[in-house]
Amino acid sequence: MSAPDVVPTLATGRAFRALLVRDLTLAFRHRGEMANPLIFFVMVATLIPLGVTPESRQLAALAPGIIWVMALLASLLSAESLFLADYRDGTLEQLVLSPQPLWLMVLAKITVHWLVTGLPLTLLSPLLGIMLSLPAAGFGSLMVSLVLGTAALSMIGAIGAALTVAISRGGLLLSLIVMPLYMPVLIFGASAVQLAVDGMSPAGNLAVLGALLAFSCLLSPFATAGALRVSLHG
Amino acid sequence: MARTRPIMPAWFHRLGSPKGFYSMTTPWLPWLAAASLVLLIGGAVWGLGFAPADAKQGNSFRIIYIHVPSAFLALAGYYVMAVAGAIGLIWRMKLSFVAMKAAAPLGAALTLISLVTGALWGKPTWGTYWVWDARITSMLVLFFLYLGVIALHYAYTNGEAAGKAAAVLALVGTANIPIIYKSVDWWYTLHQPATIKLTEAPSMHPSMFQPLLVMIAGFYCLYALVLILNIRAEILHRERGSHWVVELARSRRS
Repeated sequence: MSAPDVVPTLATGRAFRALLVRDLTLAFRHRGEMANPLIFFVMVATLIPLGVTPESRQLAALAPGIIWVMALLASLLSAESLFLADYRDGTLEQLVLSPQPLWLMVLAKITVHWLVTGLPLTLLSPLLGIMLSLPAAGFGSLMVSLVLGTAALSMIGAIGAALTVAISRGGLLLSLIVMPLYMPVLIFGASAVQLAVDGMSPAGNLAVLGALLAFSCLLSPFATAGALRVSLHG
Repeated sequence: MARTRPIMPAWFHRLGSPKGFYSMTTPWLPWLAAASLVLLIGGAVWGLGFAPADAKQGNSFRIIYIHVPSAFLALAGYYVMAVAGAIGLIWRMKLSFVAMKAAAPLGAALTLISLVTGALWGKPTWGTYWVWDARITSMLVLFFLYLGVIALHYAYTNGEAAGKAAAVLALVGTANIPIIYKSVDWWYTLHQPATIKLTEAPSMHPSMFQPLLVMIAGFYCLYALVLILNIRAEILHRERGSHWVVELARSRRS
């Protein structure tokens, strides 16, 4: 994967930063798209009291799990768009051909995906906590677990997005293949919040979430890069 | 591709070519079929008819002779699939993608069998078909992982890309399986602790345990048999235009 010496190549770090800035700029120019997962997140929160019960004590018991499941679904919905636009306009092809390591370019794209979905979801989560009457003790743990967890979800979702990018209407398939991989993150995230609500220390669960994130950082960029090559060139 | 070729025995190269695999496995089939038939019938008669009834569960425990072997192979089958996929990705062996494709529905079926037998076993033991216990849940997740690999394989129209994509997904799933398996320890609730431990003496009585071992051996033979048959069928399908398959079909017909 080394380019001929005569071609002036961009330093890897600068290429990483350039892609980061480009994707962030694109995301902010399509603010509507960026807002969709967030609106989804809040709307589904409204469905729960309507469908289950408006009674605050029962809602409080369900809140940690429900907020986490909804964050997971919102992250899943947005994962499809991770490579789709770049695939359609050919940018992805150029990224694969570029002399910079593909996994690093992928890492930049995943980082941006987390910055425009996972991070806003986390910042919005206290609002959902209030709507679903989450006990006050759970808020800190909710936000910390979501920061770590949504980053891991973005990492894992990228693999699925890369595998399905070349398939027409791959969105549903993406959820099918990614959801089983999401489950450990959900389990630890939701139980971290539940532990905090019950007055116990969520530190252990948060540490496991951090470990899952570290592990997915290690694995996902390479798997995603490999999957992109398969999607593009068969 | 013409880099230094490792020195491997000839059978390895024969195994790598579809035609070589086909002709090599033909004499294996009757032996495997006979072994799995003898082991399965012997183990089932021994386990269902002659092993003593359980002190607490009575006769309902006997479903273990189907449940445990299928659960064993459901998990082992995922590794078979993932290793086949990895070999295909690393050494670009066509046949290993065929093996991976053949292993996926087989493993999914075994996972389903172990889930259903577990549910049937749960009814007399716990009084309910379904409990969200750690072990049951991780088997269900394993089933979903299988379904994902199968669905991804079918979604691709290009056969070669399908194999590679499914292999990547299978490998990613493999990295997740230890995490799922660990969840057995973390969320241990209702289920019994693992009955067969490789490091410790089995907690089952030998008279119950020995037929189980026979059944496990029988399931392994049956798995190998069905896997090879699946691979052979897929080989014939993929090579249907080639000379040797046409010859084979013609010789069978006459």
